[in-house]
Amino acid sequence: MEIMKYVVEFFSPIYILMLAGFLGYEIISKVPVILHTPLMSGTNFVHGIVLVGAMVALGQAETFLEQAIGFLGVLLGAGNAVGGYFVTERMLEMFKSSKGKEK
Amino acid sequence: MGYLIEAVYFLTAVLFVMGLKRMSHPTTARSGIVWAGYGMLLATVVSFMHPQVQANAGNYFLMIVAITIGGTISWYGAKKVAMTAMPQMIAIYNGMGGGAAAAIAAVELLKNYSDKTLEPGSQILLMAVTGALIGAISFSGSVVAFGKLQELKFFKDDAKFRFKGQQRINAAIFFGAVLLGSSIAISHSSNGMLVTLFYLLALGFGAMMALPIGGADMPVVISMFNAFTGLAVALEGYVLGNSAMIIAGIIVGSSGTLLTLMMAKAMNRSVSNVLFSNWATLGSGTVQVVTGSLKPMESQDAAIQMAYATKIIVIPGYGMAVAQAQHKIWEMSKLLIERGTEVKFAIHPVAGRMPGHMNVLLAEAGVPYDLIFDMDEINEEFRTADVALVIGANDVVNPAARNDKSSPIYGMPILNVDHAKNVQVIKRGKGVGFAGIENSLFFAENTRMVYGDAQKVATSLIQGIKDLS
Repeated sequence: MEIMKYVVEFFSPIYILMLAGFLGYEIISKVPVILHTPLMSGTNFVHGIVLVGAMVALGQAETFLEQAIGFLGVLLGAGNAVGGYFVTERMLEMFKSSKGKEK
Repeated sequence: MGYLIEAVYFLTAVLFVMGLKRMSHPTTARSGIVWAGYGMLLATVVSFMHPQVQANAGNYFLMIVAITIGGTISWYGAKKVAMTAMPQMIAIYNGMGGGAAAAIAAVELLKNYSDKTLEPGSQILLMAVTGALIGAISFSGSVVAFGKLQELKFFKDDAKFRFKGQQRINAAIFFGAVLLGSSIAISHSSNGMLVTLFYLLALGFGAMMALPIGGADMPVVISMFNAFTGLAVALEGYVLGNSAMIIAGIIVGSSGTLLTLMMAKAMNRSVSNVLFSNWATLGSGTVQVVTGSLKPMESQDAAIQMAYATKIIVIPGYGMAVAQAQHKIWEMSKLLIERGTEVKFAIHPVAGRMPGHMNVLLAEAGVPYDLIFDMDEINEEFRTADVALVIGANDVVNPAARNDKSSPIYGMPILNVDHAKNVQVIKRGKGVGFAGIENSLFFAENTRMVYGDAQKVATSLIQGIKDLS
């Protein structure tokens, strides 16, 4: 049973990896060219989730050096998330149809 | 508490996927980013309660300070930046993400575990090192990309950064980083000197890789670094056991890779060609001699020709965006539409600085997206157009790409503007385009050149059309 536990622990992230990989491919393969730049910016925002990891890293930090690096990580991660969001939102805000406003 | 956090991370991943899905259609795109935004907000808030985050008041304080500083700077930048400068903003935010991933790995690598049973295994550390390598490359590469697109002086001359044996030196740096990184992971060394050296090599490689690449190729490179950052985030997510990071990172990694390939294809270049070569060395042999003459036209006459046309196709290029003429052009188009003329906008995949960038610029001016057409949708329609109006576009309408094998842009898909009955070209002067070659379209029998600043010309075109009614 020990080995099964190891197999499950080792493979479940790999399954996530594989499925998420297909998902990303699927999502973008049907996108019209007009949305390429906003969507690239959107995916740029999505990897801003690195902020969460940086927070965990800073939370665990004990020495001054670890704190300093963790601080930098959180700062950069927050920059990625916030900047990515507002840039994308500004771009997408402008998409309008000539047939009046759509939600 | 752990279950709650896991549940929220799961919800975040779902919101990201739904958000991206909505972003892939113009009518729902706006709500897509809002959905993804809620996901991010939830994940961030709940992470304050993460069990791995010690109840260490000092670190909480640091966390809030860091989020405030990073968030405010980025918020300010994102709100202020002009739409034409969007690509470099994406580059810099992407670099930040890569840097954050590299920082997570650094904390992980430098950590000294007093309790050896808690120490992560070698395969986890290998993941951390790989993520650090990719993240650091993405960071320094994105900073260089930002500098190039922002046209900062230091980065301006690409040729300055090309030297003999560059490929080999880059390869040496890369393998040095890989060797050093894997030995750190395998030996569980938390030696600060070695870790620092590893990061310096990784950062150096990223910069060295991006420096010789010209500005025109940058979009492909930025898109590639975007995919890199996604991958780095996923790897660090694996290290921390954070499923939200793994899912989000991999989705970005795979979609970013696909987007990179699509962009490179639109430019008729392979990704390796972009990375290891450049325009200047591509053009071999003599370029065909262009015959004919440039025939200038006054803007009043151009206005008359358009006012009596039944179908007009507008081909905007980056030159229009630089002159900020898109608002005037749309104003002119509205006048023509009121007169009963059919007006369409044709967008080449690499118009602007990135695929879709021109659409954003036109959308900013208020052009509805159902008047905007991709190259494949509209290329056949040029035969039936009375006037094709080219504004600040050059290489993407050069027929040499179709019929001149010696041309450096031969084989690149172009808009068949030369098939229109009349072609009007608004251009500042007689200079050549980004690729540095003459455009035979400008010398064609049915082409007239309207010289001047795009915004001023558009203003006089509007006046000309108004005078007729």
